[in-house]
Amino acid sequence: MRRERVPAVVVVLAAIGAAFFILPLIGLVVRSPWRDAITALTAPETLDAVKLSLLASLSATAFGLILGVPLAWLYARVEFPGRNLLRALTTLPMVLPPVVGGIALLLAFGRRGVLGSWLDSTFGITLPFTTAGVIMAETFVAMPFLILTVEAGLRSMDRRYEEAARTLGASRWRVFTQVTMPLIGPSLFAGAVLCWARALGEFGATITFAGNFPGITQTMPLAVYLLLETNQEASYILSLLLLLISLAVLVGLRHRWLSLA
Amino acid sequence: MRKRVLLCVIAASFLAACGSSGGAGTSSPTPTPLSGTISVFAAASLTESFKALGTAFQTAHPGVIVQFNFAGSPTLVTQIEQGAPADVFASADTTNMDKLKTDGFTTGTPQVFARNQLEIVVAPGNPKGITGLADLAKAGVIYISEAATVPAGKYSLQALAKAGVTAKPKSLETDVKSVVSKIELGVADAGIVYTTDVTAAGSKVQGVRIPDTYNVIATYPIAAVKGTKSPDVANAFIAYVRSAKGQSTLQSFGFLSAA
Repeated sequence: MRRERVPAVVVVLAAIGAAFFILPLIGLVVRSPWRDAITALTAPETLDAVKLSLLASLSATAFGLILGVPLAWLYARVEFPGRNLLRALTTLPMVLPPVVGGIALLLAFGRRGVLGSWLDSTFGITLPFTTAGVIMAETFVAMPFLILTVEAGLRSMDRRYEEAARTLGASRWRVFTQVTMPLIGPSLFAGAVLCWARALGEFGATITFAGNFPGITQTMPLAVYLLLETNQEASYILSLLLLLISLAVLVGLRHRWLSLA
Repeated sequence: MRKRVLLCVIAASFLAACGSSGGAGTSSPTPTPLSGTISVFAAASLTESFKALGTAFQTAHPGVIVQFNFAGSPTLVTQIEQGAPADVFASADTTNMDKLKTDGFTTGTPQVFARNQLEIVVAPGNPKGITGLADLAKAGVIYISEAATVPAGKYSLQALAKAGVTAKPKSLETDVKSVVSKIELGVADAGIVYTTDVTAAGSKVQGVRIPDTYNVIATYPIAAVKGTKSPDVANAFIAYVRSAKGQSTLQSFGFLSAA
């Protein structure tokens, strides 16, 4: 490949742009008290938050796969009236402020919500302040990333394999599970990992809809926020942990992410 | 265009001159008018009352702009210590003010300007029939509290301990305002907040008094923040909050007098 001659202005501006993102990360690394890292990470409250975060984010990813893949398949394969509008609605949380998402969830599933009041009066189920509420908030915010990634994968795949399987007599379901899904495996994986990482970092919708209680609804981002007021060093360490996970996800996905384009 | 601006300036200075000479004739000589912008970092429970105080203060000093940043007191302390441009800090407890003072971020001695007490907040009509702290522990009552890191959370624990009640909160919210809003939304049944928060929420919630024996009196100190660019305005605002006028405004929002 021929090396491009780059204008100096571009280099300078790009360097400032890069520094803008990298400096805060350096700040976190430099200011984190490494010696206390183990103590901070193994404190009971921290462990509770880590455990809950893993449970909730993995559940959100599972729900994303179960409900998001069919949506993505519909968007990629079926022409139906209002498809673009529906896609916009189901991916809205990508751009919606998470707090707004939390309020919307409260108004739908809260005790006086559209569906929530029925759940409460019929089954005595209240979702706010429960781990289920955390999973819902995380699914709401994270699933759109999975939907879009999987849809892109479905659109770019070679459909002749599906047609061949059909002509050989495979049922529609069999084609879907044994031909389509394996073929879009990489996008499925990329979508699931993105969804998981977004769920892990979710804050606004969770604290608004599910509240904050250690062991039940206090996830890592919420713990970080509250630790900042009592034990700043611990909050730095926990922030750094979240940062490293997110970074690992993005670095790991680079290839798949680019190949989708 | 330029001519018109010039005319305006002349007219304005003429009017100003008339105004000040008129004022000098009727009252004591006016000091140099205050001007500048100050940022007041105030506890979330001061939201409504300080907005009112700010408006009144600005009316009294037309050259002054008062901006507010409301949040839980410890959040504000963290923000100030991390370099947020605060000129005045008003805390909902002495602990957070003491921390800021010990760390060298205040000037002068913090002054207590108001006191507050706790009240149980419930939905209008009190559907769960809550009459006192003991009811917060009843089965079927969704009780939410503030995290013990914010003053209101700490005071709530003290009040419950005095009453010998063990109530398990469903959530530890980050400040009093989010507790009130979750009661308003009907997501929770009861919470402990300041009397002033119940007053501020108007008819959207209802308060249940906590007897004095169990109640906790919160003291609110105020101080100027070290490094303020407008110490005159900051101190004038603090003086205004503590003046008779300021105190009566605070009391109209349900606060108790400073002493």
